[in-house]
Amino acid sequence: MSEQERHDTRLDRFVDSYSQRTNGMRVSAVRALFAVANRPEIVSLAGGMPNIADLPLHGIAQSIAAMIEHNGAQVMQYGSGQGELGLREQILEVVALEGITAHPDDIVITAGSQQGLDLVTRIFCDPGDVILAESPSYVGAIGTFLSYQTEVVHIPGDDGGIDPVALLETTRRLRAEGKRVKFLYTIPNYNNPSGTTQSMERRREVLSVCESQGVIVVEDNPYGLLSLDADPIPAMRSIDPNVIYLGSFSKTFAPGFRVGWTLAPHGVREKLVLAQESATLCPPVFSQFAISTYLSTQDWQGQIGVFKDMYRQRRDAMLTGLEEHMPEGSTWTHPAGGFFVWATLPEGVDSQAMLPRAVDARVAYVPGPAFYADGDGARNVRLSYCFPTPERIRVGVQRFADVIRNELEVMSTFGIRVSPTRLRRAPGPSPDLT
Amino acid sequence: MTVIVIDGGLSHERDVSLRSGRRVAQALREVGMEVIEADVSGELVQLLRATPDPIVVPMLHGGLGEDGALREVLDLLDVRYVGASGAASRLTFDKSIATSVIRAAGLATPKQIALPHDIFRELGAPALMEGIGEQLGYPLMVKPSRSGSALGVTKVNDATELPSALVAAYAYGPVAVIESYLDGIEIAVTVLDEGDGPVALPPVEILPESGIYDYESRYTAGATRFITPAELPTGVLEQVAELAVAAHRTLGLRHISRMDMIVTEGRPVFFEGNVAPGMTETSLAPLAIEAAGREVGEVFAKLVALVGR
Repeated sequence: MSEQERHDTRLDRFVDSYSQRTNGMRVSAVRALFAVANRPEIVSLAGGMPNIADLPLHGIAQSIAAMIEHNGAQVMQYGSGQGELGLREQILEVVALEGITAHPDDIVITAGSQQGLDLVTRIFCDPGDVILAESPSYVGAIGTFLSYQTEVVHIPGDDGGIDPVALLETTRRLRAEGKRVKFLYTIPNYNNPSGTTQSMERRREVLSVCESQGVIVVEDNPYGLLSLDADPIPAMRSIDPNVIYLGSFSKTFAPGFRVGWTLAPHGVREKLVLAQESATLCPPVFSQFAISTYLSTQDWQGQIGVFKDMYRQRRDAMLTGLEEHMPEGSTWTHPAGGFFVWATLPEGVDSQAMLPRAVDARVAYVPGPAFYADGDGARNVRLSYCFPTPERIRVGVQRFADVIRNELEVMSTFGIRVSPTRLRRAPGPSPDLT
Repeated sequence: MTVIVIDGGLSHERDVSLRSGRRVAQALREVGMEVIEADVSGELVQLLRATPDPIVVPMLHGGLGEDGALREVLDLLDVRYVGASGAASRLTFDKSIATSVIRAAGLATPKQIALPHDIFRELGAPALMEGIGEQLGYPLMVKPSRSGSALGVTKVNDATELPSALVAAYAYGPVAVIESYLDGIEIAVTVLDEGDGPVALPPVEILPESGIYDYESRYTAGATRFITPAELPTGVLEQVAELAVAAHRTLGLRHISRMDMIVTEGRPVFFEGNVAPGMTETSLAPLAIEAAGREVGEVFAKLVALVGR
């Protein structure tokens, strides 16, 4: 055996060629567990997949078939790097519902708002720059920011969103440390993952702090029109035209088209168009025309109303279930819209370590550390109510509560309340958990 | 004859199993076999009964796939399959039982104890943990007794880390194995029995970049360096092969298995056996098969033919 030729491999011949930002990309056991969550036996309160079962598929099919028949040569051709003018004009009608007035030239169409996030980060950030974000913040955004080797600093907040005082103090501290704070990333409406919403007053305070400190505001608003209890609060962009606004059709229509948009001041928009052209030449033309056709031929506002009724039932099922079943020491947010509840578990529970127990009990959630760049959130979970039926949500919440009780029992055996080794974790699974 | 590769399932290792299954199925197709891939679901029994002359290749990792349950069902249905029997799988999958059997056969294993959560509650965890620390010494390893891919496995450096490690292990199942940590060279040996008795393939030496061969190091391409055959003196390589074959025989395994061991103080120590070795792009058995001058498809085709004889 000793004379046999020896193979020495790392199973990736390019392993020494990757960029520094790629070297941090690794598989994770937490992410692997989500392969089980997709099975029908599991009640998945994990993913943020919109429920589009109620879409008028027959009408959409007919209108898109007509689009191909009458305009196929254009809709299957390359298009403008900024996106189709007709759709940009229609988007102005959509954003007007949240108090935004703008010009179609201010809009750049993107492949979902996720690409807008990528382009904005690309044009503003160098490695080492600081991006401020809510605490917690959207896992997909954190992944994008870290891929550009930026530092993400979370700003504490409460049920009303970002704490303006903490925002000011943190910005000043970071600047005093010589760091370049580039922008604040915020989801003011029905935040992913926390479900919280910034009041109008809080929005003004946050904008005021950012203006005084020269910090750009990037407003991500995919859920804004999915208000479940009252009319939506006007967008931050409606107060300040310098806000860079990210919008999406993924939640108000369907995510498969991958169409979003970025609304930005003139100078920024020009850079975004150039960045878009270098990334994709142009955003998907067929999808843009399909969305445009949907907006012009279907009752899209009525459809949002249908979605809201459906999501309201699901949210109420989850909140009722949490009220009935959760063990003492747990708290959770009460979202007025969107898809998510953010729960804080009894002291000492490590949501990531508990996940295999939950999968065995046929329920899945996303552990809190996924929503922090610094490994915080061990006691938290994101629970999603958007996809399962209300009946399944009730079953899932009961299972989830039982899992916590079982975990607490094991913890109490070992006298665990808070252990320093259990408070911080590596940032968790990434963007497929939108 | 139709080969049915069963993968997926509801275990914590579903993702790994799907990748293993796809790779084996594709390799078998490349050598001309007709292959169906099937998940564990309510339709599986019907599929097995409806398929003429099926031969199953179980590529399930963890849970029902490796604990013998599915193989017992296959026996019940008179469906032939590649790999160990249900009873041998059950024995091997439970780390505490497998290690006891191996030790009873006079083979080297780490000092180990397997305990359900209840015993800590009934005897008092502080005293019991103190006793464990005194008897096994630190560092030590804590792992679920029935799990794979290093899920729920923690290296415990001192007494303060033990409670958290136990809670993490119990999240994967009701029994945790606590064993002395062996500092040495980690080796995996694939054992193949194609009808002429078990033979050890070239041992793979595992050198994770992070120092720990955990889930990340196992399934991130480039995160671990593998040397095949391991850089060990000839005498030690022979001991490694002998231990692997002896463990395979002792556990009553069949066709293919993988034995994991640590070479410490110049001798190999068994710590885990696998009845359904991973066959993903970053798994150990394919490396051993390749180092032996063989191919995955050809090896599995031969095993299928052996079963179908």
